[in-house]
Amino acid sequence: MTVRVQAAPFDYGAECARFAAGVAGAGAVVTFAGVVRDNDAGTLKRMVIEHYPAMTEKALTAIVGQARARWPLCDCLIIHRYGALVPGEMIMMVATAARHRAAAFGAAEFLMDYLKSRAPFWKREITSDGGAAWVESRSEDEGALRRWN
Amino acid sequence: MLDVLYFAWVRERIGLPGERVETGAATVRALVAELSATDARHAAAFADISALRVAVDQELTDFDAPLAGAREVAFFPPMTGG
Repeated sequence: MTVRVQAAPFDYGAECARFAAGVAGAGAVVTFAGVVRDNDAGTLKRMVIEHYPAMTEKALTAIVGQARARWPLCDCLIIHRYGALVPGEMIMMVATAARHRAAAFGAAEFLMDYLKSRAPFWKREITSDGGAAWVESRSEDEGALRRWN
Repeated sequence: MLDVLYFAWVRERIGLPGERVETGAATVRALVAELSATDARHAAAFADISALRVAVDQELTDFDAPLAGAREVAFFPPMTGG
């Protein structure tokens, strides 16, 4: 089980390959990547992600612990970046491995739902006209957590 | 002494990333009342606590959480990770 919080980009293909090669006994590997999406007007210059360093890894590790308590996972990986990113860059990735696919898919979705609203990250969007705004949390994200209760 | 940290727009509204406060507040809610009385910036940031989230010693909690023995309290907007 690995949690990494970093400013530097990561190589998604290499991370996925390394993860899949390193798990013994798994019949299913699910990977997901979150990418900086341009706004509807196509004017997003960059996204700046702030986090709470003392809490971030702790919160992510706790989320992983909850996932492991629910599904029989062989392994999982979370990488989440902070700092300034441009549209198209990867923000984060999750990988899960289990003996069967239902657990790998379920745990990956669970991790994503919890990461969205329970990990201390805040996104700020800077547009090409110089505007800057904090991304607001979406009520759907909060709603997504309820299905796990 | 308690370290109080602010993130995202809470940090911007207050104008500080954090501060060390001397407080006898028994709960987060009592601490918020003390901080709000500091000046207009704090009052504005804490005007609507339903828009805020709080962590005590890096654990998410609620505004009725006790502060006995706490070393660090952080205030921030709902998180937008992932």
